Amino acid sequence: MSAEDESGPRDRLIHPDVAKPSDEGERGQDGRRLDHAEATTRPIGAEPKIKAAREPQPRGARIRGNRPIDQAEAAERFLAAPLHQKAHDERLWDLRKKRDTAAFGIPEWEELRELASAIKAHTLSNLDRYLEEFEANAKANGVHVHWAADGADHNRIVHGILKDHGAKTLIKSKSMLTEECGFRHYMAGTGIEVIETDLGERIQQLDNEEPSHVVVPAVHKTRFDVAAVFAKTMGTDPENDDAHYLAESQRMHTRPLILEADAGMTGCNFAIAETGTVVTCTNEGNADLSGNVPKLQIHSIGIEKLIPRIEHLGVFLRLLARSALGSPITQYTSHFRALREGSEMHMVLVDNGRSERLGMEEFWTSLKCIRCGACMNTCPVYRRSGGLSYGATYSGPIGLIIDPTFNKRKYSTLPFSSTMNGSCTNVCPVKINIHEQIFAWRKVLAEEHQIPLLKQGMMKAAGQMLSRPAAYRAAIGAADSALRVLPRFAVYNPLNTWGKGREMPDSPRQSFHNWYKQNRMDPAKAAKTEKGGIE
Amino acid sequence: MSAREETLARIRRNRPAGSHPLPDIPDFAPLVGDDLVIEFGERLKRMGGRIGSPEGGDAFASVRERLASAKIIASAVPEIDGNRDLSQVALPKDLADVDVAIVRAVFGVAETGSVLFTEEELKVNSVAYLAQHLVVLLDPANILVNIQAAYRRSDFASAAYAVLHTGPSATADIEGVLIHGAQGVRSLTVILLPRG
Ligand code: SF4
Repeated sequence: MSAEDESGPRDRLIHPDVAKPSDEGERGQDGRRLDHAEATTRPIGAEPKIKAAREPQPRGARIRGNRPIDQAEAAERFLAAPLHQKAHDERLWDLRKKRDTAAFGIPEWEELRELASAIKAHTLSNLDRYLEEFEANAKANGVHVHWAADGADHNRIVHGILKDHGAKTLIKSKSMLTEECGFRHYMAGTGIEVIETDLGERIQQLDNEEPSHVVVPAVHKTRFDVAAVFAKTMGTDPENDDAHYLAESQRMHTRPLILEADAGMTGCNFAIAETGTVVTCTNEGNADLSGNVPKLQIHSIGIEKLIPRIEHLGVFLRLLARSALGSPITQYTSHFRALREGSEMHMVLVDNGRSERLGMEEFWTSLKCIRCGACMNTCPVYRRSGGLSYGATYSGPIGLIIDPTFNKRKYSTLPFSSTMNGSCTNVCPVKINIHEQIFAWRKVLAEEHQIPLLKQGMMKAAGQMLSRPAAYRAAIGAADSALRVLPRFAVYNPLNTWGKGREMPDSPRQSFHNWYKQNRMDPAKAAKTEKGGIE
Repeated sequence: MSAREETLARIRRNRPAGSHPLPDIPDFAPLVGDDLVIEFGERLKRMGGRIGSPEGGDAFASVRERLASAKIIASAVPEIDGNRDLSQVALPKDLADVDVAIVRAVFGVAETGSVLFTEEELKVNSVAYLAQHLVVLLDPANILVNIQAAYRRSDFASAAYAVLHTGPSATADIEGVLIHGAQGVRSLTVILLPRG
């Protein structure tokens, strides 16, 4: 192997001003630049003149108790930070393009989506049976199985397990479920230290922020932001924002914590009923460290993660990483079934509103979600506003349809943060009719008077639409429909950013710009157009 | 009622309408060419892994330099001796100082460039993550065509722990810059070597 092997500790601390942008990424054995899990967008840090214009990271939505989240306000702040906004937009759009390339590479892609959707529908409509089967098999494997009715239950159970073992530290691999349960906040008061081991998630933890994306938790941060966080919390050189230096510093800093941890915890991508197995898909190998180093291991499982048999992984795994990153598979696909010698293994099955959602006729299929993030990457609103602007654990299109199930009032405005271009539905690997559910939520929330902003700005347009059931139905009838009800911030920002062809993969018959001019400027005409089904 | 009973009762009460039969999974035509060894190697390289073959009778020719500079080598295979006995490891964390670990894969997958290990091959699971570098022996006769074929194998139902590795540990969490060795191994090299 050559000396400039891509592996090995990097003492190459080339400042991005000096390094060519193309020097940054890893190269393969044959010298070709690799792009698995990577964006091909130009690293912004490598551009000296932009560096001069460092800008502070825009923060997320302001949380005011139970009051409705003002996503538009947070989005406006994100849009006002061009460096962040542009990098975010480009990176996610690049992931979306890589997803397309990967999907086109598989002739049976559409068939796989159908199968995945059908397997999920079947499992969800027989979830009681599959949960019982899972539980019985896990117990037979020597695993302790727990049931948590809600997030608070989950936190209490895990805390109890840790206390019983006198655990003082817990290493964790990224899990949206534990975020949903508010686990880290809960644990802050217990004297037990929780250490995130995924790089992105660790950055977010050290910065006291929630993850902004289900797959790439710190995607809204630039390397300058990361350098600042690490300098403050780990004592790294604040002037060195080389991505390799930052990643290596985190590795060195976290490794001793991993080795000495009393317990390890992972989330779950798929739970197999026939074997009682928890499957995790990661790139860093941190779930495997959490599951294989400490002698106590805990797996938190949302009950909707069940699938009947091992063979079904052959469908889901072919979809997941391709949809998420454009890679054929993640670096690690790990199957935890039974204990190691000398270890103790716990699995916590968490409901937290899922069994109630099952009974919502229009929304239950949102439980099929495999958290690939493709709908977020493709969403023009998400890409330009950042995940933290949603003020909820789940952001982007999938967030719009599941957040209101957790809190109708607090998340009442979120379903309006969509252009309704249907792109999310088109990319979803389990075929959730996301944009139709967004529309259905608008209706539900309007009927229940959960929309305090209804009288303001663009919400008026939403109101007009919602008060006309016929127009409403016509509007959601066509999957390739153009933009109809717009989030407020979209209106107050340069329209050309929304009018770009790439936003609308399905070529709307009329550009948003024209539609907006016609409809907003002339209410009478707008009403007429609506009756006609909106062109 | 316990949380378990409550959850199950709610699920029964809220069961979605309609019939949702479990579909049969058809056999999809392989996406890769007939030469599985070449296909496997190509895909592995795209995922950041390396591939080596025996040269001039030396099975480990491609990793000789790596082995020569390693202070601690943990071998889980009979083909080569290390200086850290995996059968004598008290705690998983004791392997934190391993420079190179050598293990044999149960099988490889051509569609993705993945290799499978279970606790059987790894001896101590943590060695595959705590070592700085991983060298994998793979019998060219054990390469399966795709992921679907992999999940028809019984290993997943019988192993306590089974894991597919596809290249080394990687992250792109900082501005999308791809970096190997995020938390696990910094490199993964597969050597095509028939089982002894
Ligand atoms: S809703 Fe679909 S596209 Fe969005 S994260 Fe879930 S599975 Fe992926």
